[in-house]
Amino acid sequence: MKLTMRTNSLVTAAAVALVTMLPIAGFAGDTIKIGVAGAHSGDLASYGLPTVNAAKLVADELNAKGGVNGKKVELLIEDDVCKPEVATNSATKLVSQGVDAVIGHICSGATKSALPIYKAAGIILISPSATNPELTQSGDYPNFFRTIASDDMQAKAEVDYALNVLGVKKIAVIHDKGDYGKGLAEFAKGFIEKSGKGEVVLFEGVTPGAVDYSAIVQKIRQSKADAVIFGGYHPEASKIVSMMRKKRMDTIFLSDDGVKDDTFIKVAGKDAEGVYASGPKDNSKNPVAQAAIAAHKKAYNSDPGAFYESAYSAALAILNAIEKADSTEITAVTKALRTEKVETPVGNIHFDERGDAVGVGFAMYQVKNGQYVEVK
Amino acid sequence: MDYFIELFCSGLTRGSIYALIALGYTMVYGIIGLINFAHGEIYMIGAFTSFIVATVLSIYGFPLAAIVVVAGVAAAIWSSAYGYTVEKIAYKPLRHAPRLAPLISAIGMSILLQNYVLLAQTSDFLPFPELIPEFSFVEPIAHIIGSSDIVILLTTTVVMLALTFLIKFTRIGKAMRATAQDRTMALLVGINVDRVISATFIIGSALAAIGGLLIASHIGQINFAIGFIAGIKAFTAAVLGGIGSIPGAVLGSLILGLTESFATGYISSDYEDVFAFSLLVLILIFKPSGLLGKAETKKV
Repeated sequence: MKLTMRTNSLVTAAAVALVTMLPIAGFAGDTIKIGVAGAHSGDLASYGLPTVNAAKLVADELNAKGGVNGKKVELLIEDDVCKPEVATNSATKLVSQGVDAVIGHICSGATKSALPIYKAAGIILISPSATNPELTQSGDYPNFFRTIASDDMQAKAEVDYALNVLGVKKIAVIHDKGDYGKGLAEFAKGFIEKSGKGEVVLFEGVTPGAVDYSAIVQKIRQSKADAVIFGGYHPEASKIVSMMRKKRMDTIFLSDDGVKDDTFIKVAGKDAEGVYASGPKDNSKNPVAQAAIAAHKKAYNSDPGAFYESAYSAALAILNAIEKADSTEITAVTKALRTEKVETPVGNIHFDERGDAVGVGFAMYQVKNGQYVEVK
Repeated sequence: MDYFIELFCSGLTRGSIYALIALGYTMVYGIIGLINFAHGEIYMIGAFTSFIVATVLSIYGFPLAAIVVVAGVAAAIWSSAYGYTVEKIAYKPLRHAPRLAPLISAIGMSILLQNYVLLAQTSDFLPFPELIPEFSFVEPIAHIIGSSDIVILLTTTVVMLALTFLIKFTRIGKAMRATAQDRTMALLVGINVDRVISATFIIGSALAAIGGLLIASHIGQINFAIGFIAGIKAFTAAVLGGIGSIPGAVLGSLILGLTESFATGYISSDYEDVFAFSLLVLILIFKPSGLLGKAETKKV
């Protein structure tokens, strides 16, 4: 109770501060008001604060160049502590302050509860981190965009690779019964069935930590699967792969970024060779990403935190769209987001009909000589 | 039919793995009526000790056979030392306390040892070297049963026979049986009960250490938490077979392993635990003392 009181008074204090700032901002003439909403205090602050830094850096850079369409970019920062019930308040506040677009929210739950408010007000929301597939796939929120791949994109990357590149037909989908692994496995199963190109011959969960996986391995053999798609983490993956190789099976093994970990290669040793795993695309060679990270180091003297690159991209994308549309009106900006490509730290992106960034997502990696190497 | 044999072999291996750990549970219970929850951790310590010794020896280029023997002996001695100490620290002072007290003490020991290894070693998974080579004569049937499976099966059989012999025909075995039957009476006829109990813990721990070496080599990885699930399953197997009975522990382990394997193979691995524990419930309903357990009579 005490804690809630304190958070509430914090929010109130922030609100008062913003309200008192508002008239000044109003007098400063025409600005482009961008809301930045997310967790800026509490447990998950480390997920939200890098986005604030990214937005500030992008705004400062553009303002130094004379702003967007001759107008300065002004940031309105709102804390939602990652809580859906607080997020609706933050959203209402931002809407009443007349924001033109919002970068955020950070957590999927908070984003979901805030979205209807922005939708009713005709305000675009662009999130650097909300990965819940529903947000874009439900089609309920045409005003929602994101610069991060949704949870199911990873499963899609694996399935596409297995069906289209490796050309396998029969796939066994195995998971570790956990939220992450089972969720991915269910998406993978759905994609395989929808594609019509392959068949799920086995769909099962294994118990993490069990002493021996030879029974499930025999079952995979019995199912005559050409490939295994595993959803879960590396300890189970390495046990299953080692057991398959021990039983002289050369079935292709594909997994997720829970397995794209050097510990997997260390533990599975020679059995890890040839295993495929999906993982986020490597942006470290992208000059825009390098510049964004350098800017952060210069301004804050520290390494940027979680979702910094996607937040930086979100800020660039929305401001670019406003500039190209030469307006802050929602239909024009939406159109610009969908059509105008923009160079960002996560790549050269634009957005699809549903609001997912095209060109952002997962790449496939394969273990070659004891290292994960990106494969095309 | 092939599929049946494959599953049967998987079940046997899994059962033998449980048996190597379950023997320690059942021995301790047979003698002092205590469920030694720290036994799974002794197994884990055995795996870690053999890992360290094997790694060091392989750096110096010792032949594989020598590595296996030295690592096995070292692990057995080191784990026995732990088993002995655990008994002296956590159970002996509570020998006349109500039954619940040593049980809680055992759970405490289990948590302590896990976290001790976590702090002293690492929280990561470590790759365990393949100590059991791929025998060439196994190659034609390698897809059904591997050399490590065979070694585990043989070891379990030998250990079970040796233990039965020890308890039936040797002096210490006789003392163990006497202590198990009536501790006070055993004391009166001049049996050093403390030494018998220590010996039980040492033998049980050494077995767990051997199990640790073989199983870790079979699975290929270890971490500080492996003792927990293995311990729970082995304990279940010991209860299934009749806790306190040595052939019972092996029989219970094999039945548990086979049930899990067939449940995975013919139904779904999502339900392997459901079947394993349903079986336990069923057997305990109809035979509360387990398959080979003796019904406990209250001594007055």
